[in-house]
Amino acid sequence: MIETKNIDFYYGDFHALKNISMKMEANTVTALIGPSGCGKSTFLRLFNRMNDLIPGAKLTGECLIDGQDIYGKSVQVDELRKKVGMVFQKPNPFPKSIFENVAYGLRVNGVKDRNFIKQRVEESLVGAALWDEVKDKLKKSAFELSGGQQQRLCIARALAISPSVLLMDEPASALDPISTSKVEELIHELKRDYTIVIVTHNMQQAARISDKTGFFMLGELVEYSDTKKMFLNPEKQQTQNYITGRFG
Amino acid sequence: MGKKTNQSIAFWTFRILGLLVVAILFWILGFIVWHGVGVISWDFLTTAPTDGMTGGGIFPAIVGTFCLIIGSMVIAFPVGVMSAIYTTEYAGNGKIVRFIRVMTNNMSSIPSIIFGLFGMSLFVNTLGFGDSIIAGSFTLGLLVLPLVIRTTEEALKAVPDSYRTGSLALGATKLQTITRVVLPTAFPNITTGLILSIGRVSGETAPILFTVAAYFLPKLPASIYDQVMALPYHLYVIATSGTDLEATRPIAYGTALVLIAIVLVMNLLASMMRRYFGGKNKVN
Amino acid sequence: MKRLKRIIEKLIEGILTVSGAVTTIVILLIVVFLFREGAGLFRSPAVEKGYVLCVDAGNTVTHLGPKQIKEIFDWEIENWKDVGGRDQQIVVFRFEEIFSRYSDEELGADYELLPEKLGEVISSTPGIIAFIPKQYMPENVPGIKVLRSDDITLSDFLGGREWIPTATPAPQFGVLPLIMGTLWVSLFAIIIALPLGLGVAIYLSELAGERMRKILKPTIELLAGIPSVVYGFFGLVVLVPLIQKVFGLPVGETALAGSVILAIMALPTIITVAEDAMRNTPRAMREASLALGASNWQTIYKVIVPYAASGISAAVVLGIGRAIGETMAVLMVTGNAAVMPHSLFEPVRTIPATIAAELGEAPAGGAHYQALFLLGCILFVITMIISVTAEAISKRQPNRGL
Repeated sequence: MIETKNIDFYYGDFHALKNISMKMEANTVTALIGPSGCGKSTFLRLFNRMNDLIPGAKLTGECLIDGQDIYGKSVQVDELRKKVGMVFQKPNPFPKSIFENVAYGLRVNGVKDRNFIKQRVEESLVGAALWDEVKDKLKKSAFELSGGQQQRLCIARALAISPSVLLMDEPASALDPISTSKVEELIHELKRDYTIVIVTHNMQQAARISDKTGFFMLGELVEYSDTKKMFLNPEKQQTQNYITGRFG
Repeated sequence: MGKKTNQSIAFWTFRILGLLVVAILFWILGFIVWHGVGVISWDFLTTAPTDGMTGGGIFPAIVGTFCLIIGSMVIAFPVGVMSAIYTTEYAGNGKIVRFIRVMTNNMSSIPSIIFGLFGMSLFVNTLGFGDSIIAGSFTLGLLVLPLVIRTTEEALKAVPDSYRTGSLALGATKLQTITRVVLPTAFPNITTGLILSIGRVSGETAPILFTVAAYFLPKLPASIYDQVMALPYHLYVIATSGTDLEATRPIAYGTALVLIAIVLVMNLLASMMRRYFGGKNKVN
Repeated sequence: MKRLKRIIEKLIEGILTVSGAVTTIVILLIVVFLFREGAGLFRSPAVEKGYVLCVDAGNTVTHLGPKQIKEIFDWEIENWKDVGGRDQQIVVFRFEEIFSRYSDEELGADYELLPEKLGEVISSTPGIIAFIPKQYMPENVPGIKVLRSDDITLSDFLGGREWIPTATPAPQFGVLPLIMGTLWVSLFAIIIALPLGLGVAIYLSELAGERMRKILKPTIELLAGIPSVVYGFFGLVVLVPLIQKVFGLPVGETALAGSVILAIMALPTIITVAEDAMRNTPRAMREASLALGASNWQTIYKVIVPYAASGISAAVVLGIGRAIGETMAVLMVTGNAAVMPHSLFEPVRTIPATIAAELGEAPAGGAHYQALFLLGCILFVITMIISVTAEAISKRQPNRGL
């Protein structure tokens, strides 16, 4: 379960997120939607502290995952990131073999047992619905895969370290429609084992795959409710405008 | 039409100037190859000078130059790569990094003879290495340090940021990200820089004049505290102060050819590697 | 285990941070060592180490500077009144002369009587100045006065017009001829290289087709890669005889030969930097000029060259920097006469060439050695100024970041 309390976030002088409080239940898919620059990606990146890499970033408020404040003093960032996997907008496999890409997270976390690694790689590739396509060419470079396969490889890579939360930053925006539907199916499958937060530009996608949806605008959380309700009967006029495409 | 004539006069002038530069290069190369190629033989490459350096080969100078290449790279390569890792991966983009860049730039504009003076004062005299491979290697290593740093920085910057974020998001630490993803990806380009540095080191004379180079020393070095002969210094010596300049001319041509061959092969290798690996490792 | 891993990681980060500063540290070390060795010169007496100058006690002069000493021993100053003494003829006495005045028996088997005899000569010759080793200096002889010789001063060094480091009794360390030699050779090199380099840069960036670029670019890289000693060798066997023949000179090793070789060596720097600057001219500017009916050539010299002016100046400055510091090629072709240059067709000597030619023979710690390090300091300061200037100029370039 993820919970944020009164989050404010700044890039230097820019107030990127304004007083955001949100609760995401375990084993649900939460979609974050809104126009570009509204802060939804920034918000997503709070949960694995990727924003730490940006110089001049400042955060106030609390962000809890499973009850633990992830910005607390005792938290090691790399330990946190093991628990919170992330998939990026563009597939970003490493220039290594398919097998080594998936094994990477295990290796950097000190796993040495080769049989265990082999088993986890297979499980993860199966979990990412990629196993059948790549099982005969695990030693091949990840760059030989198609864009959609690369993205599922990146999902597999994230699954390998057994996270409890999976963050996805527009995971299908760089993919063709067929690959997109494969990834969407996969997200549906993954919901059973993971808490998923997904940023998307595509409203149909949000409607198709998510249980709850949050609508962001200009750094504020305008509306947050069940996806069905949001799309059929939004409370706020701004939401209505955005969903129906009347928005600026 | 004045405008048109002016233009064609100007353009032809530039074209001729361009060709002139090519001509100069081929003149120099052609001249040395023409006179040197007849001198090169297995014996020339594998025997020591004889008869007051009017006969024999240049074997000790070749060995010496290789010792200096290895020695200087052992010093410059790790330090240069670490320095580049710091500036590109750790230091961000603040004042400190800008200062370091300016310093690296400045260091690359220091004339090589200054490195010779410095090397003599610090390594030969103060640290007491004497004229030796180790003193010469340190001096040459410092000389190419800016080159190693710059090429490594470029290699590291060419690694897409998505690799870094991808690795960090999987719970890798910064150092793990660097050693397991960034460096392997940048490796071919870093090697290209290394090869360029070797080319530079093998041709330098001024820094080794007073730190290692021996006028005539037919035996091979036994330790890093020995002096050696080196190709560029040997060329200087036999071109200007041999006992019998006429008799040593062919040897000078041969030496110049070997020296140029080493330098050109290194440059060629580097540009081939750049072309070969340039297209790789690019995401979408 | 995890803890240990983190500690190791922190340690490595620390090492990386230190190595980030390595170039700064090296530059600082260079400054410290160069200036430490060089500054010693100003604490060396003008007279060669281990020797003293003596005069008769009646002489009113108490001390002399290096230039005065040299001129006295060259018989250019012949009267004490020219160096602040009485009107009296100077009698120069070199140590060797004692052996022609006295036989070996008179001086003693181990020359134990030598100081005494020296004392006799000096005290009995009014107007004498004697240059003698300290170990044979007559002790407690009345009628003898040791001249205090001034330390070499900064103005002796920077303003001196003679560089004769091995002169006795007072070596001359005047760097003016060397500085002038360096400047002459470098400036003429740039005068030759600039039009050539600029022309090639314009050709490369504006006119050359893809095929020509593919030939020229690597050619220029190769030119930059050829070791300077090879350039020197080429200059020595080709250029020097050529210049001698064409201009009918007694020797071909001249400032001109140095300038031509340096021009070739500075070409790659000038071409690359200037071409980069011109290529950075925004497309829109170029198109605007062409759209107004300007020809290609007009666009180049009215729009592109002015736009790239600061980049081109940076190229010139960097080219000069390269030329000033170049050692081996210049050493091999300029003839190395340490005199004030008067014409391009005479031998000259540059600062780097002087260091390279003389350091091997200068005993470590001596005045000559220190003077060569001071030359290094001058060279270092010049190149640093040039490097910083080039940096400042190229920063001024408009819209660099666009």
